[in-house]
Amino acid sequence: MPQFHHASLENGLQVIAELDTTVQSVAFGFFVRAGSRDETDEVSGVSHFLEHMAFKGTEKFSAEDVNRVFDEVGAQYNAATGEESTMFYSAILPEYLPQTFELQSSVLFPSLRETDFDMEKQVILEEIGMYDDQPSFVAYEHSMRRFFAGHPLGRSVLGTRESVGGLTSAQMRDYHTANYRAGNITLAVAGRTDWQTVLELARQHCSHWPAGDSPRTKRPPQPVASREWIVKDSVQLEQVMELAAAPNGADPLRYAAELLTVIVGDDSSSRLYWDLVDPGHAEVAEISYNDYEDAGTYLTYLSCEAELVRENRERIRAIYETLNRDGITADELELARNKVSTRIVLRGERPMGRLSSLGGNWLTRREYRSVADDLAILRGITLDDMHRLIEQWPLGQTATVGVGSLTEE
Amino acid sequence: MSIPPVIVPPPAGGGLTLILEPMADVESAAFSLLVPAGTSWEPEGGGGTAAAAVDWMLRGAGPYGNREFSDALDHLGVQRHESVAAHQMAFHGACLGDNLPAILKLYGELVRAPRLEEEFFEPVIAGAEQSLLAIEDDPQKKVMVELTRRSYPDPWGRPSEGNLTDLEQATPDSVRQFCQDRIRPQGAILGLAGKFDPDRLIPQIQAAFAGWDRPPVDGAPPETGDFTPGFSHLTQDSTQTHIGVAFPAVPYRDPDYYAAWAAVDILSGGMSSRLFTEVREKRGLCYSVYASLHSLRHAGRVLCYAGTTSERAQATLDVLLVELKRLANGIEPAELARCQARAKSSLIMAQESTGARASSAARDWFHLGRVTSLEEVRGRIEALTVDSVLDYLRRHPAESFSILTVGPEPLAQV
Repeated sequence: MPQFHHASLENGLQVIAELDTTVQSVAFGFFVRAGSRDETDEVSGVSHFLEHMAFKGTEKFSAEDVNRVFDEVGAQYNAATGEESTMFYSAILPEYLPQTFELQSSVLFPSLRETDFDMEKQVILEEIGMYDDQPSFVAYEHSMRRFFAGHPLGRSVLGTRESVGGLTSAQMRDYHTANYRAGNITLAVAGRTDWQTVLELARQHCSHWPAGDSPRTKRPPQPVASREWIVKDSVQLEQVMELAAAPNGADPLRYAAELLTVIVGDDSSSRLYWDLVDPGHAEVAEISYNDYEDAGTYLTYLSCEAELVRENRERIRAIYETLNRDGITADELELARNKVSTRIVLRGERPMGRLSSLGGNWLTRREYRSVADDLAILRGITLDDMHRLIEQWPLGQTATVGVGSLTEE
Repeated sequence: MSIPPVIVPPPAGGGLTLILEPMADVESAAFSLLVPAGTSWEPEGGGGTAAAAVDWMLRGAGPYGNREFSDALDHLGVQRHESVAAHQMAFHGACLGDNLPAILKLYGELVRAPRLEEEFFEPVIAGAEQSLLAIEDDPQKKVMVELTRRSYPDPWGRPSEGNLTDLEQATPDSVRQFCQDRIRPQGAILGLAGKFDPDRLIPQIQAAFAGWDRPPVDGAPPETGDFTPGFSHLTQDSTQTHIGVAFPAVPYRDPDYYAAWAAVDILSGGMSSRLFTEVREKRGLCYSVYASLHSLRHAGRVLCYAGTTSERAQATLDVLLVELKRLANGIEPAELARCQARAKSSLIMAQESTGARASSAARDWFHLGRVTSLEEVRGRIEALTVDSVLDYLRRHPAESFSILTVGPEPLAQV
């Protein structure tokens, strides 16, 4: 049985670990409570740009050193930035934990050298260009902007060519000083090591980090129904993203929301699948649930030929209306539970698979759930819970954005 | 030490081979069923037939109709995916170990008695056409699909999605014929890894697949591997120019394979690798740049990608080609050591995944006719030296390329 441990350093750093001697590797990550929602429009994209700059070195390690040392120990490592957090993680063999830890912890406080900053800006602008060539991503970004108009969650993670192009290293330093404080950071460890080692490494390499945390304004979004068709003639299949309100990340109904989207819009054997994908009306028709600290969304994704968009959106509307009125069946609930149980077990068998839920749950909710806890929660969800969810958070198509040849539906 | 797998060879005259790797400390099990009915077996003008066949087969088999089959799999909580490549169509799945026998029973029905009902044919073709259109919308994918097609002689580089002209010609009878001819146990391989007891599972599998014993038919495509260099461009209204470069390499079963693998890993294995360092870190030319080793049974290629805004595309291609050619001039011992360290940790981490174990067992059997142990792979990687990798590169130099760009403007010939 994996063992859970928790401690806080004096500067406020949260240290958690789920240790397991039956696996071969160990994964660890620093989860920083800083993302695009903590930016201003002027510095839009700075969280993600900063994540890149972390790999450009510190006083002790040059940029080349950072890449070289991670590769020398055979680490599988990377970082990711979202609306609410930035994570830096590695998976390694246990014997390399000390040296990987020293490097991984130090990159959270990079030098931000001017020449590196200018070079990496080019890479970010290329990354923006790359996503520009993915119409579904363009549709997603615009739908978030519309749904969360006036709310910090509407801000793009990548930023724009203008905001990133105009960003200075001084602005990045200010953002870093404000957000990269120990009280804003969770260190999570999963897999094969011991708690004493984890604590000693954390004390040795993270005790000097500045204490404190940074405030985050939380308020529920006020979505207004809207629709936008972005014309990109070369696109063959219209990409449509539709957002609607769902429970937030603190709401106990979030587990039910997760299950509901499996029933309605999983990529196989769901209501959307049977009505749209199986008959060949659409290439993709799915719904997923995303939770944030003060908000939640149901995200519907439709990819189909432009001339079928209207009737497919109509089909989706009919599915949602029927569901909102009549609810789901016990059989549908059971089937979704079986699917999700397998996913939880499979993900849980690898340290890297455990890490993101371990760190994410602690960072946002100060909550630990083992694989067994997750399975128990899943088993405990009743039809009544599902119907309470549907009553409070019906499925919908509030903010819609299409990218492709349509100028209007 | 890993436990050697249990192998149940095919019956006399040929048939399904079983490879079982039981694992301790896991609750899950995974399987990988390879059926020799990939794109290389498609008839002339039948591009996309294999993928259409997979989709159609999944819409009902034996006593189960379309929806019943799908629901039965879902009730057992299997996470499944299918893929089609040159040699085979593949059915992969992962589940709780206890559900494995019941799931395999359904897959037995699938290969033995697919219903292939007329009413589902049109949706299958509509789905295939949409997959093709989706590639058009994804220039990053399109360049690699088209590059692969151009780097092998037909039929070996065919995309699984086929092409629109062929799909329009496909009929229920042509796809049924393909299934009739090709969905056979001869040469099929079922790899399994995870929580199960082989002694109990083997008879259950044999029962599930009993009756799948059609006699073999010939007509295997000739295994040719000639490489034709080229330079071409596909115009697309995209923000970036997407660059693909291919050149020959040895296949998985070649004694030189690990040297070829190391060479590609030094180019592209980690963030300290040559391409990442020279193209991205030092010059900031692109976000995504990589090289990978692609292997058929009889031939292999290195496939490289870089995506960059159009005004910097020429510079990117130039640097990329310089790096590919420069590799044979010398390798630092530290570069090889990093590549060996990465290989060691990935090998050990692969032991934690039932899915990775099941598919590599099946793949090994197909390419090598045996299953390599992790110790053997580790031994071969540790035995590599700078000289052995350089020796490989001199015998297989990166000097003639198949280059394809997708973007607003063609680049200058190199």
